[in-house]
Amino acid sequence: MSNNQERLKTPHSIRHDHLIIKSMISPNARVLDIGCGDGALLELLREEKNVDGRGIEINQKNVNHAVAKGLSVIQGDADSDLINYPDNSFDYAVLSLTIQATKNPRLVLEQLLRIADYAIVSFPNFGHWKIRWQILAFGRMPVTDKLPEQWYDTPNIHFCTVKDFATLCKTINTKVEEAISINGYGKELSDDIPLFIHNLLGRESVFLLSKNK
Amino acid sequence: MTSHPKNRDQLIGQSEEEVLNKDTSADLKRNKSSDEAIYRHAITKSETKTFENTELKLESGATLSPFTIAYESYGTLNADKTNAILVCHALTGDQYAASKHPVTGKEGWWEILVGPGKPIDTDKYFVLCTNVIGGCMGSTGPASINPKTGNVYGLDFPVITIGDMVNAQVHLIDSLGIDQLFSVIGGSMGGMQVLQWASKYSERVFSAIPIATAARHSSQNIAFHEVGRQAVMADPEWKSGRYLEEKTNPRKGLAVARMAAHITYLSDEALHSKFGRNLQEREKITFGFDADFQVESYLRHQGFRFVDRFDANSYLYITRAMDYFDLFAEHDGILAGAFKDTKTRFCVVSFTSDWLFPSRASRQIVHALTANAANVSFVDIASEKGHDAFLLDEPEMISAIRGFISAGAKQKGLSASAPKKVSS
Repeated sequence: MSNNQERLKTPHSIRHDHLIIKSMISPNARVLDIGCGDGALLELLREEKNVDGRGIEINQKNVNHAVAKGLSVIQGDADSDLINYPDNSFDYAVLSLTIQATKNPRLVLEQLLRIADYAIVSFPNFGHWKIRWQILAFGRMPVTDKLPEQWYDTPNIHFCTVKDFATLCKTINTKVEEAISINGYGKELSDDIPLFIHNLLGRESVFLLSKNK
Repeated sequence: MTSHPKNRDQLIGQSEEEVLNKDTSADLKRNKSSDEAIYRHAITKSETKTFENTELKLESGATLSPFTIAYESYGTLNADKTNAILVCHALTGDQYAASKHPVTGKEGWWEILVGPGKPIDTDKYFVLCTNVIGGCMGSTGPASINPKTGNVYGLDFPVITIGDMVNAQVHLIDSLGIDQLFSVIGGSMGGMQVLQWASKYSERVFSAIPIATAARHSSQNIAFHEVGRQAVMADPEWKSGRYLEEKTNPRKGLAVARMAAHITYLSDEALHSKFGRNLQEREKITFGFDADFQVESYLRHQGFRFVDRFDANSYLYITRAMDYFDLFAEHDGILAGAFKDTKTRFCVVSFTSDWLFPSRASRQIVHALTANAANVSFVDIASEKGHDAFLLDEPEMISAIRGFISAGAKQKGLSASAPKKVSS
């Protein structure tokens, strides 16, 4: 998932989904970032929101980088290591551009909401019109600049659309507090725009979820 | 008593009261050469502290009194006494982490990490390294005099544990008026002490860095230690542990113990790349039992160099302490119990080729810490050097520790500049 994050990242700038995630997190919160890469988001949250942040990352090189920056990051796997965390030990559990690379996205999502009060998930939207167009026009799995791997070597094994993700949230009885998408021009689609527009125009989406009490 | 460390004999029993013996003080040297590589030493003090009227209650039920702790300190304790870092040494280590060894003359065993401008910055922190109880470089151990008999303890010395070593350190920290250590760091057996500190005295440990270690000694590790102990005891010069009085020295047994142990500190890859099957100063094999191979010659050298600076009975006692270490058992088999509600920041470090304290042992510690939602970093460093990697120049280890310590200093509000001297 880390290679994938590298590619999705705009060089020399803060990732757009990170900015949206930052806006959803309240200051001084306890945050667990799963698939945190080299800790870019945790660093941003530490500097600007004074959060108590922790990270899990599968790629050891990234972990070493993050720890050298003074971040609390451990090497681990979202699919297998989340069970170690106690219930409600964080305010937010973040999964940024990682869920599509997990083996069992539903289980991971349920774990996030067990560990934290809120889960924030960002993911590439496979319902975006360009991707629909590629399949329709060429009859082949889409390859874009943001998702450059061929179907046989992509780490992204569980793609979904905005609609699919919203359905999963309903299935596991989770409340969607907010959904923001980024369109092909880097503009944000806000929460009050109907979900089917997000699904059509959103390149990436960020969902803020809470436990449905 | 042919070749015991002279210095050890001098150190033992030298302090009668709670006094500070300043052997080498104010050793701040600046190399004035215009060369950019300016090498400086930290302000180093070699001290011993004897606790005359204090009983050290041991986990075995026995007590040790009086007891002496020999230690080195580097740098200056700040006015608030908040900048102390305790460095814990490994099985055959000692207090000379960043100062010249009095017996071998070699530089400190952890100068890659400890010194001015190093990750454990002696310009900024007050760094302590104590010789463990049971050791042979000045702290009370089996070669010390038993006050009850007036003779050397030998095997009358009580069996000590990692917990006892740490409790002795607690007495020293108390006597220095330090409430909370900014950090406790150590590798191998030093890492066990770190875990013990963090488990038993978590409120006194702001941050903990256990390196290449485990929360309990494995069966395989106990087995290797037993080989070492049996080698010592099989040496006729060991004399049931009374060799100091008998004026003998089980050099051969201790050397064999060291040779066997040394193999476990390296890795197959490290031995292969260092020696392969290369022959030692000869063209072909001799069809005899001389050291034909370089690796044999190397091990013999390691073994015989070791006996000049280490006491055979200390080796027995300290290996035993490691064998007995089991933080799982102390918490009904659940390691997470050892770190319940801990506020300590942790940085766990392991090495991929370490088969003595493998990465999975560190991972167990990390899982136990995450089960407490503890603040933990974990780096598993890719290295071919085996267990000994923690003593070597491993850039990723060094940068991880540097990052972890400076982030901790920032959180604790320790100033970036050197602390002002406390008037003493």
